[in-house]
Amino acid sequence: MCLAVPGRVLSIDPESVLRPGRVDFAGISKQVSLACVPEARVGDYVLVHAGIAITRIDEQLAAETLDLLRQMQQQQASEDTQL
Amino acid sequence: MKYVDEYRDSELVDTIAERLRRITTSHWRIMEICGGQTHAILRFGIDELLPSGIELVHGPGCPVCVTPAALIDKACSIAVLDNVIFCSFGDMLRVPGSHADLLEVKSQGGDVRMVYSPLDAVTLARENPQREVVFFAIGFETTAPASAAAVHQAEQEKLSNFSILVSQVLVPPAIEAILSSTHNLVQGFLAPGHVCTVTGYEDYAALVRRFNVPIVVTGFEPLDIMHGIYLTIQQLESGRAEIENQYTRSVRPRGNEIARQMIERVFQAASFSWRGVGEIPRSGLRLREAYAQFDAERRFGMESYTTPDDPQCIAGAVLQGVRKPPDCSLFGSHCTPGHPVGAPMVSAEGACAAYYRYRRVPRRRSDNSQ
Amino acid sequence: MVDNFTLSCPTPRPRDSIVTLSHGGGGRLMKDLVDDLFITAFNNPELAEKHDSARVAAPGGRLAFTTDSYVVNPLVFPGGDIGSLAITGTVNDLAMAGAVPHRLSCAMIIEEGLRIETLAAIVDSMAATAAAARACVVTGDTKVVEHGKGDGLYINTAGIGLIPTGREVVPRRVTAGDTIVISGDIGRHGIAVMSVREGLAFETTIESDCALLTEPVELLFGAGIDCHCLRDLTRGGLGAALIEIAETTMLHLDIDETAVPISGQVRGACEILGLDPLFVACEGRFVAFVPADQAVHAVDALHRHALGVGAKVVGTVAAVQPDERGLVTSRSSLGTRRVLDLPVGDQLPRIC
Repeated sequence: MCLAVPGRVLSIDPESVLRPGRVDFAGISKQVSLACVPEARVGDYVLVHAGIAITRIDEQLAAETLDLLRQMQQQQASEDTQL
Repeated sequence: MKYVDEYRDSELVDTIAERLRRITTSHWRIMEICGGQTHAILRFGIDELLPSGIELVHGPGCPVCVTPAALIDKACSIAVLDNVIFCSFGDMLRVPGSHADLLEVKSQGGDVRMVYSPLDAVTLARENPQREVVFFAIGFETTAPASAAAVHQAEQEKLSNFSILVSQVLVPPAIEAILSSTHNLVQGFLAPGHVCTVTGYEDYAALVRRFNVPIVVTGFEPLDIMHGIYLTIQQLESGRAEIENQYTRSVRPRGNEIARQMIERVFQAASFSWRGVGEIPRSGLRLREAYAQFDAERRFGMESYTTPDDPQCIAGAVLQGVRKPPDCSLFGSHCTPGHPVGAPMVSAEGACAAYYRYRRVPRRRSDNSQ
Repeated sequence: MVDNFTLSCPTPRPRDSIVTLSHGGGGRLMKDLVDDLFITAFNNPELAEKHDSARVAAPGGRLAFTTDSYVVNPLVFPGGDIGSLAITGTVNDLAMAGAVPHRLSCAMIIEEGLRIETLAAIVDSMAATAAAARACVVTGDTKVVEHGKGDGLYINTAGIGLIPTGREVVPRRVTAGDTIVISGDIGRHGIAVMSVREGLAFETTIESDCALLTEPVELLFGAGIDCHCLRDLTRGGLGAALIEIAETTMLHLDIDETAVPISGQVRGACEILGLDPLFVACEGRFVAFVPADQAVHAVDALHRHALGVGAKVVGTVAAVQPDERGLVTSRSSLGTRRVLDLPVGDQLPRIC
């Protein structure tokens, strides 16, 4: 299950209880509910599933995951050259 | 697309594949719970990249597959009523009940409409005050906040023509059922990253402690899945059994508190009969008494009844990972995506449909010489 | 049924505002509708004869002959309407046989209640598209069905085209070693139509790629390319077109998914709806199977036309292994291969 896609918050309407906002996905935009991510601001990335944002993406942790894997790549490369 | 493309980096995927080749010394069987992960594995051929010692088993994380036939029969019965607008995700439209699916009801004149979100169904209710609008609320915990928000919205707007037919299921009881079974051969799990985004992973930590198996909360892009497999194999090879979170950019230990509160307000845990598996206590959600008016089963006076599954269909065993689709006597002959018998053949990431689509020809090893 | 036009239509407007069953009855109302709308809009001597059949001069040589019916809903979508689609689709089918369009027919099944304004606008759209294709609609038919028995309007068009001597463009000529060239990016039509569907609406500037393909095809021939086979992409997109060719020829087609051109917006829409872009509908795109040594030349030729600026090589016709006959395989960005299979019906958006 759970097709959830990351998108960038373009605008937020704070008035309504469902906190609707427009989110951009590579150039197309859709109105979704930001009720579960009150901390999300315009410009943040959120993960959207079935019309509702279920989390704000932690950009730092995202970068750390990639860094970890790149370190693994470098370590592997240096192990290979030592062989 | 940001936060998608970086996690499809083929060089990093190759790095992990190579790492796995170096650290895998035994045969291990790992289950990925979520249908979305199954879909990614098959679409990107991730299982082809793994050393032969690692066997991936597809789990029951397909709410489409596990929705009981009886509930689909109820959906069809409601959808055929004159005054009803029946709304559903696309996934459910071709799933057969005991004699029909929603698309057939539509072709016979039922007003069946596909929506992207339960909130779209609320909009329809608001715009069509003379009609009864019913939303087929299927899904795991990932989708429960959207369903809960829809009910809450309908309540706020005092809509009297909106209801939901609930088929919400919970993942941890399913894993517990698999682990408790004497037939279980699964040694490690990739927990569903989007479910855990909502719920957190405390329940999974409890399963780790109780059953002493590694569980790694994993995302959905190829890199996430490879990374999740790697962390699981690392644990298995070193004899550890811990809860780990691979999908840190999205999952926190306690998940999304607001989403959980939203679910809590509207739903409560209930027993659920999983298609092909049977009844698992406290494995589903039902609307609380305060929201009874939004419960379509009550609103339309649907009697509860059970529908026996086709005895030759082994969907249950497939969903629990103890059999593979080609083991089934109906697979590929009587049961195909065009004429499905069991739900795993209909759903795009159901194990049987996935096998049918992607495995008709023996797969070659990936050809990196291009 | 959606009609959301503002019109500036030169066709004289009949007095009635909606089509009724009487318009299909063969009486005065129908004759007036046909004269005022169709004959005026399509405007050519053969049609003006108003005979049961159009009498058309038959130049020597081979003819291509095709027909298609159009049941699109909504009737109007970003970048086109059922009318432009009906002419384009048939002209393109002729182009895929290497034929220049010559004469067209048009049969309409109209649902009672359709606004005459809407019908007039669609007919004008057909006339404009036919004029752009340099083909005339010379014969037609009109029927009206009860309210509830049709989606506003169904159109069938048939077309005759002239095949220049020496051209043989047919699946049978596809050979192992051929290169598969695509004329442009995929999925625009399907996403454009979906973006205005109730329940799925999203904001996009994507328009349908509905377009006449005769010119870019003629550019290929003009550049000396020996097109073994051409196939335009429609419902089911690139994937469906390739699977059809593979199953007809029992060859193995192999594509590189990373080489298939796709715009960011189409990709974004496919991601959020859970669609495989390879099976999303296109309307103004085609694939060409050309000898490998002409592939670069073919892509260059297409780049010279506005509709071919995105042309690329996307795959090859592989040498056939016994267990891979009639298959289409697609290589992912990770280097792994999957077999492409037709979805059961239309691909449906999913949340799982």
